[in-house]
Amino acid sequence: MGYSLDFGWLAGAAGAIARGAAMTLLLIVVTTLAGTFLSILGAAGRRNGPRPLKLAIGWYVEVMRNTPFLVQLFFIFFGLPSLGIRLDPILAAMLAMTLNMAAYTIEIVGAGLDAVPRGQTEAALALGLRPRQVFIKIVLPQALKVIYPALTSQIVIMMLESAVVSQIAVRELTYEADMLQARTFRAFETYLVVTMVYLGLSMGLRRLLVSGGRRALGAGVS
Amino acid sequence: MIEFTLWDILRNLLLAARWTVLLSLSAFVGGALVGLVVLFFRIAKNKWIKRIASGYIALFQGTPLLMQLFLMFFGLPMLGLRIEPWTAAALGLTFFASAYLAEIWRSGVDALPRGQWDAGASLGLHYLQELRLIILPQAFAITRAPTVGFLVQLIKSTALTSIIGFEELVRTSNAINNATFEPFTVYGLVALIFFVMCFPLTQYARRLERVSAH
Repeated sequence: MGYSLDFGWLAGAAGAIARGAAMTLLLIVVTTLAGTFLSILGAAGRRNGPRPLKLAIGWYVEVMRNTPFLVQLFFIFFGLPSLGIRLDPILAAMLAMTLNMAAYTIEIVGAGLDAVPRGQTEAALALGLRPRQVFIKIVLPQALKVIYPALTSQIVIMMLESAVVSQIAVRELTYEADMLQARTFRAFETYLVVTMVYLGLSMGLRRLLVSGGRRALGAGVS
Repeated sequence: MIEFTLWDILRNLLLAARWTVLLSLSAFVGGALVGLVVLFFRIAKNKWIKRIASGYIALFQGTPLLMQLFLMFFGLPMLGLRIEPWTAAALGLTFFASAYLAEIWRSGVDALPRGQWDAGASLGLHYLQELRLIILPQAFAITRAPTVGFLVQLIKSTALTSIIGFEELVRTSNAINNATFEPFTVYGLVALIFFVMCFPLTQYARRLERVSAH
């Protein structure tokens, strides 16, 4: 009775898989940039902002970290239209991923900010820099260097988690896999190949971030 | 058309949440058992056994859980097993959890000073006794916070099993949403239920972290 694996469909599917992978990469690039920016604002606000802002950011982090990404995605894509905010799938996916990632990276960036010795700020102020300059030019670069490895891990985790956005019909890698297996009736082989593509992507992304970080920040994970 | 009151929605969601809890617990217990085996491999003295365990962990940590669940769901029937969403979900999450738990505990084993092994050996304990009596109890103790933290991640991950058709909280909420057209309320409540399950554990993990930092 045995079942024999068949990869004959693969040649015709390479294009679809590549397109899906490209969309997955686009999603993670946008999310990384927007999420990191948002988390710098969030972490700074949580430390130096007015009290209500601090509380709001604190609750935001807790709510995002204690609910599943899939539910957040459905809430944004299906729930927000009832408030009159209608997003197309790609925007909804980017928004959900960014908001989710920011909740994790706010804590990471915050830990980095805390790790910069107070003397750095005092010295910069004594040199006559304005508080904003102190933050952007002195504190933030040092903080980013400290947290870069943790940030790298979070980016890779988010990339893997993005498989879920296929559920709102964003045409990324998992979505293409779903389409392919519906066409070829080779579900196991299709998902096996796509899983390996994901594995390659996550290893490649990690390596790229490590070497890029080493060059730009003088930091990195091994 | 049937009218759904808020209570109807909430009641059905809470009933479905039982399956989320049950799945989380099974996967955690199963993952702990399998994870222990992976841990033994991972800290073995033989280089190749070690490498196999590292590969296993890297595979699960480097691919999306959704793909792992799909492979379970479509792969197990090829081995001649009749597979239902529950089986695929429980097995998929068990293997997923085993990789993460093994890695967490491995960090605990690595954190112990070399002297602990030496002391055990000098007392005449053999390898398994050393592990059981000296190394593992300490490794578990110092990794309690990340272990609880992973349980939170596992509970959230059960949401993905809705996609392979397991009737838990999220799948039920999709059905309710299709009947009521109130996505804002339905998904808001689902998020709330998950939050109520996860937040206490997060707080507990944080407290453990503070205690161990002192």
